[in-house]
Amino acid sequence: MPHTGEYIKKLAERHGRRLESLLPILENVYEDHHIIPEDAMVEIARELDVSAAKVYGTATFYSFLETSKGGKYVIRVCKTITCMMHGKNQIIKELEELLKINLGETTPDGLFTLKETNCLGQCHRGPAMLINDTPYTELTPSKVRDIINEYRLIAQKSAS
Amino acid sequence: MDEKVNLKIDNLSVSVDTGTTILEAARKINIRIPTLCHHEDLCVAGNCRVCVVEESGMGRLQPACAIPVSEGMEIHTNSMKVRNARKQIIELLISEHRAECTTCYKNGKCELQALSNEYIVGESGFLPLVPLKGYTIDEFSPSIIKDDSKCIRCQRCVRTCDQLQSVGALTVAHKGGEMKISTFFDKPIYEVVCTNCGQCVNRCPTGALTEKTYINEVWNAIDNPEKFVVVQTAPAVRIALGEALDMEPGEIVTGKMVAALRRMGFNAVLDTDWSADLTIIEEGNELLQRLKRVLKDKEPGVKIPMTTSCSPGWIKFIEHTFPDFLEHLSTAKSPQQMFGALAKTFYAGKIGVEPSNMVSVSVMPCTAKKFEANRPEMRASGYQDVDFVVTTRELAMMIKQAGIDFRSLPDDDYDTIMGESTGASVIFGATGGVMEAALRTVYEVVTGREIPFDGLNIMPVRGMENVREASLKIENPLPEWDFLDGVEVKTCVAHGLSNAKKVMEQVKNGEADYHFIEIMACPGGCLGGGGQPLPTSPEIRKKRAEAIYREDAGKKIRKSHENPEIIQVYEEFLVEPLGHKSHELLHTTYTPRNRY
Repeated sequence: MPHTGEYIKKLAERHGRRLESLLPILENVYEDHHIIPEDAMVEIARELDVSAAKVYGTATFYSFLETSKGGKYVIRVCKTITCMMHGKNQIIKELEELLKINLGETTPDGLFTLKETNCLGQCHRGPAMLINDTPYTELTPSKVRDIINEYRLIAQKSAS
Repeated sequence: MDEKVNLKIDNLSVSVDTGTTILEAARKINIRIPTLCHHEDLCVAGNCRVCVVEESGMGRLQPACAIPVSEGMEIHTNSMKVRNARKQIIELLISEHRAECTTCYKNGKCELQALSNEYIVGESGFLPLVPLKGYTIDEFSPSIIKDDSKCIRCQRCVRTCDQLQSVGALTVAHKGGEMKISTFFDKPIYEVVCTNCGQCVNRCPTGALTEKTYINEVWNAIDNPEKFVVVQTAPAVRIALGEALDMEPGEIVTGKMVAALRRMGFNAVLDTDWSADLTIIEEGNELLQRLKRVLKDKEPGVKIPMTTSCSPGWIKFIEHTFPDFLEHLSTAKSPQQMFGALAKTFYAGKIGVEPSNMVSVSVMPCTAKKFEANRPEMRASGYQDVDFVVTTRELAMMIKQAGIDFRSLPDDDYDTIMGESTGASVIFGATGGVMEAALRTVYEVVTGREIPFDGLNIMPVRGMENVREASLKIENPLPEWDFLDGVEVKTCVAHGLSNAKKVMEQVKNGEADYHFIEIMACPGGCLGGGGQPLPTSPEIRKKRAEAIYREDAGKKIRKSHENPEIIQVYEEFLVEPLGHKSHELLHTTYTPRNRY
């Protein structure tokens, strides 16, 4: 990230420098960059006068904050019990076959990352997943194939 | 505030202050409730749950460490429900713990092992989870080994590093089943802000955090007929070693320790106390030179307050946290490193041993000393000045390995030269001790008179308060020091790195008008060091401190500059304090490091 120091300083001015400002700053960085890199965490620690380890601990606690580089589209499948009973495992299996990656991995073209996440609050319409910020519910394997195809088409279009 | 709360624990009535926890109330009437995450030096965590107790009329079991007493409570600490619950909790903890006890370094000293023995945990019905988890063992640091497979996530280490030391090298990362104790980005300990103080090692209930041991290396050196092995023993070892050998806290075992080391086969048994006296001469003179350059010569760029530099945990802390303030540090090496530099030069020459054939071992109350000995600048003799550092705990293990019945040993005396010491050096082991020793010498150098305290005991710098201040007015100094006439020399003593941080913040903000600051990384000073016998508590540290001041009071010579072997080393080798040889061998430089 270029000019990390200045960037984080601005965020600290916006959100404050108290301990409770840590999460809003982390969210803001993630919103802007889809990753919270190491140098940003170091700068956050400096601004808030907390240890870098604490920033890292907080960032890794939340499923929706990423500390390592993921794909352009991050797929998060709800792993909680209701979605599980609605067939989440088949959805994961389908996605793994479709993307030729395992859970937790990113496709070699850098397009998709496949992850599980905690409850998305869509228990009545499970199984559910998010792709970046868009929720998809009442998933079936065929529905998943269509959704992934759509994203691939969008990516192809934007590439050409 | 003084209101008492009355309750019954196991049908025994007890009356305690409001706010007391069930655990503390039970301890008061000698009922022991098992604990793992609880530690007297740390805040309540309540996460391990082995301290659960039953309260009459309540369905749920309560964690005794976290629940304050209330009037009329009836607590049962030993009901069937409690015993079963505790046993299950221990079984669950073990299912996530690589319980290979016979090959574990902590075998016999592990709190989890002791509890599983107490609760007769046999083959449990829980699936062992360790093989399913990827875990790492970080062995890269010269001081501390972190083995995640043994971690029960009680977070004593995280609280220690955060609250006690303000270092924050360790954190809780991830959550749920993946939750682990981690450094920043799970980097090896030696790459992050860790000061190697070992306070986490002192508090880890299992073998997840241990010192890196050099026991085998030391035995190998002793076994090698071509090597001349010298050993030095730090001030705080002699008042704590006994604890690891079935003696009571506060017993002074100097003579027995010397006898044991000699029996183990060291060729020369010498004393870090001797080089502590030397440190006082060098550091004391440095302080006076700095005061002269600031107060008399008005030299800009000379930094006061000067801070002590004996504690390697403190050195690494300031390098990380206040890298712009390294000029405040005394350039004097720590006693361990002064000893090491002189062992392979002055001493080797004196006894006619090739320094390349000399192995220099030190016994320290400290894990950071292992790092210090490995610093690249600590090779003033042309060799690594101190080859191996073992902690007080490791020495106790070696004494046991050697089959020595420690308690029955006769008292023995250190070898000479570099074995004679004074009361001033003994007190290096307690917070405030370096300050007191320095003042005893500095005052006399400046005024030609003994320091005006009853029996040389400078009580204001002693004790266990976090930060202590004392000032000393200089009157009628010798002509050379006339610029100090009427000057009130202000000193400050802090122990534990969170207190060090507070003092340094004051220095940074220009709010501190001290001349001299003593800082020790560990609570209580070296006597509470990261290499000292387990367990540690405020009570135990107090007893060790009392022992140190007893040892001081019993010494014939109480002032560093009167140590005949110190006078001798200046006459024969060093020539003068802060002289050419001193600069070469006894002083060092510091390295600014990343804060995060």
